[in-house]
Amino acid sequence: MDFDLSEEQRLLKESIDGLLKASYDFDQRKKYGAEKGGWSKTVWGKLAEQGLLGLPFSEDDGGFGAGAVETMIVMEALGRALVLEPFLATVVLGGGFLRRGGSAAQKEAYIPGIIDGSKTLAFAQLEKNSRYDLGDVSTTAKKKGDGWVIDGEKYVVLNGETADTLIVTARTKGQQTDRNGIGVFLVPRDVKGVSVNGYPTQDGMHAADITFTGVEVGADAAIGDPDNGLPLIEQVVDDARIALCAEAVGAMEESLKITVEYLKTRKQFGVPIGSFQTLQHRAADMFVNLEQARSMAMLATMASDFDDAKERATSVAAAKVQIGKSLKFVGQQSIQLHGGIGMTMEASIGHYFKRLSIIESTFGDTDYHLSRVSAAGGLI
Amino acid sequence: MDLSLTKEEQAFRDEVRAFFRDNVPPAIKKKLQENRHTTKQDMVDWTRILHKKGWAVAHWPKEWGGTGWTPVQQYIFNEELQATPAPAPLPFGVNMVGPVIYTFGSEAQKKHYLPRIADLTDWWCQGFSEPGSGSDLASLKTKAERKGDKYIVNGQKTWTTLAQHADWIFCLVRTDPAAKKQQGISFLLIDMKSKGITVRPIITIEGGHEVNEVFFDDVEVPVENLVGEENKGWDYAKFLLGNERTNIARVGASKERIRRIKELAASVQSGGKPVLEDQKFREKLAAVEIELKALELTQMRVVANEGKHGKGKPDPASSILKIKGSEIQQSTTELLMDVIGPFAAPYDVHGDDGSNETMDWTAQIAPTYFNYRKVSIYGGSNEIQRNIITKAVLGL
Repeated sequence: MDFDLSEEQRLLKESIDGLLKASYDFDQRKKYGAEKGGWSKTVWGKLAEQGLLGLPFSEDDGGFGAGAVETMIVMEALGRALVLEPFLATVVLGGGFLRRGGSAAQKEAYIPGIIDGSKTLAFAQLEKNSRYDLGDVSTTAKKKGDGWVIDGEKYVVLNGETADTLIVTARTKGQQTDRNGIGVFLVPRDVKGVSVNGYPTQDGMHAADITFTGVEVGADAAIGDPDNGLPLIEQVVDDARIALCAEAVGAMEESLKITVEYLKTRKQFGVPIGSFQTLQHRAADMFVNLEQARSMAMLATMASDFDDAKERATSVAAAKVQIGKSLKFVGQQSIQLHGGIGMTMEASIGHYFKRLSIIESTFGDTDYHLSRVSAAGGLI
Repeated sequence: MDLSLTKEEQAFRDEVRAFFRDNVPPAIKKKLQENRHTTKQDMVDWTRILHKKGWAVAHWPKEWGGTGWTPVQQYIFNEELQATPAPAPLPFGVNMVGPVIYTFGSEAQKKHYLPRIADLTDWWCQGFSEPGSGSDLASLKTKAERKGDKYIVNGQKTWTTLAQHADWIFCLVRTDPAAKKQQGISFLLIDMKSKGITVRPIITIEGGHEVNEVFFDDVEVPVENLVGEENKGWDYAKFLLGNERTNIARVGASKERIRRIKELAASVQSGGKPVLEDQKFREKLAAVEIELKALELTQMRVVANEGKHGKGKPDPASSILKIKGSEIQQSTTELLMDVIGPFAAPYDVHGDDGSNETMDWTAQIAPTYFNYRKVSIYGGSNEIQRNIITKAVLGL
């Protein structure tokens, strides 16, 4: 039993915290958000320079062979600074499919570009009616010669507007909700038949709705077994949920810090409002929520390496429930304790609240994951 | 970072688990499972079993009968004890006055009292709270006046748990009325057989007799029963309260309770199927299980931190353990109310020890639900815990 970071992990934390402190304050973030696609190539280049984009990839693939704890450290830091750059979409999701399911040739073709920052990816999974069910896929991939033809519509594809390559889930056989018959395909964004409608999302990130009309890709586009891709999808989406839990912990930690600072400085009735017990206890409850969430984010991080997929899924779902409850409380109360200023676009706290709120409904909300934990028979 | 137990720790857990499985008297175990009161004799019998094994005062220094276990081992021991379930060694002696005596007491006090605490020769109770001094403990008024080689004690203590069984009481008393609040308080050991002590039961809402009022009317206490220095009692009290952190989360006990809820929910029918298969009930239960898992990990973080970086000051994060631990305990009692539904009502029949007389397990559910409102009040109410977080963590 050991909750401390190793020396290398501590250095990693210092390194990313240092980088973000120097280049990611609230005003800088605003500028980055106004750049094309909603994020900064300069910052992305710096993340690449520090080796952060290569962390989870094996040394054979040119990465650092780091584990889930390292991703947790990075995601927490990104959460604290509300970073807009597509780390989740490119490294965790895109990179996750490649390193966990990609062929040697696919790894060689894509991973170096991720690591050096020259290429970004996006995961096109959500459909109009799929909601949180990863096995609900109506986009189709039909065999044509050696290759595939993809038709369908995908929504809210994070970083879909600027990604060089899309990773698309599509049905190769069976009915809309069959567990079998789902494939995962690499599709260049600029290929014929791909139509991208990008937009900023409520939390300051950018996403896109993407239509695939008769999009032809080669046999080498399929990642893993095109008829049985769901276990891989579930695993990589669990990676993303774990990363989101850590990002939320970072964002909650910063929200609490900003709020406590405000309670100390804002004066009413001639005294700092932090001297009022009602507000103190609210802040104390925010702390309790944050630490409970941190504990579960750690559990989820450890779960990423569980051999038993069911145990992994239940642990990650449980973590997402705790994070969902905690982020709602911390997010909402951060605004409440700020009062009117918390409602303004110019104060940073509202932007934390918005990001936290969108995390809740990304890859399964609290109710969805609670029903999964319950269906699995609980944790005890 | 590694959240799992080491091989050695796992082996230790298995050893402890096996010992509890084989040695807790089944009748006592059943009482705990059903939330009935254990008798004084039950506690004495069980303490003697633990004492024989050398585990009655596990966390004490070795020279006074402790085991030398690491904080992680200590944590495992407590978890397994609660999960069995087995009675915890009487906390007033083992966790409260014992550590105060071996840390601040005289050699004579250590030699006399510690062995008698370890095997429960002496049953201790705690004389801190007073009618006017609950959360504001330092406002206490019970006074001890020095007369020759005696203190004369006058005043009243309240919420004194199991005083009806007690041989001794450790008290905070005011020895210097002129001093400021926290100063002028001393820590006295008082024989419950002393002339002038009256114990009056307080019956709590579920009908049980756990707590009492204790009245002191010109009670003579030999000066050698003062612990440490006169007027330094507040420091010892703070030390005592700071020691109370490994057990407050009661994760093991709540786990045991949840297993029991599942068992019972599988046996009670609703709409032609077991309550356990009701989607809404299952989700309520799963939500509590998730909170409990989070609490378990938070507790492990506190314990691991203590193991790695030494005990030092009490970790203010342990206030989380008290708040969430009590909330979850209360939630489990609510879930049992949900399971039993309309049969929560019968029967309100009490025996001499305050426990519900009927042998039907369902009769304990409502009393337990009522009784467990106490857990967010005692040991520093949850609001006091929030004050601690406010000051010690948030710096407000």
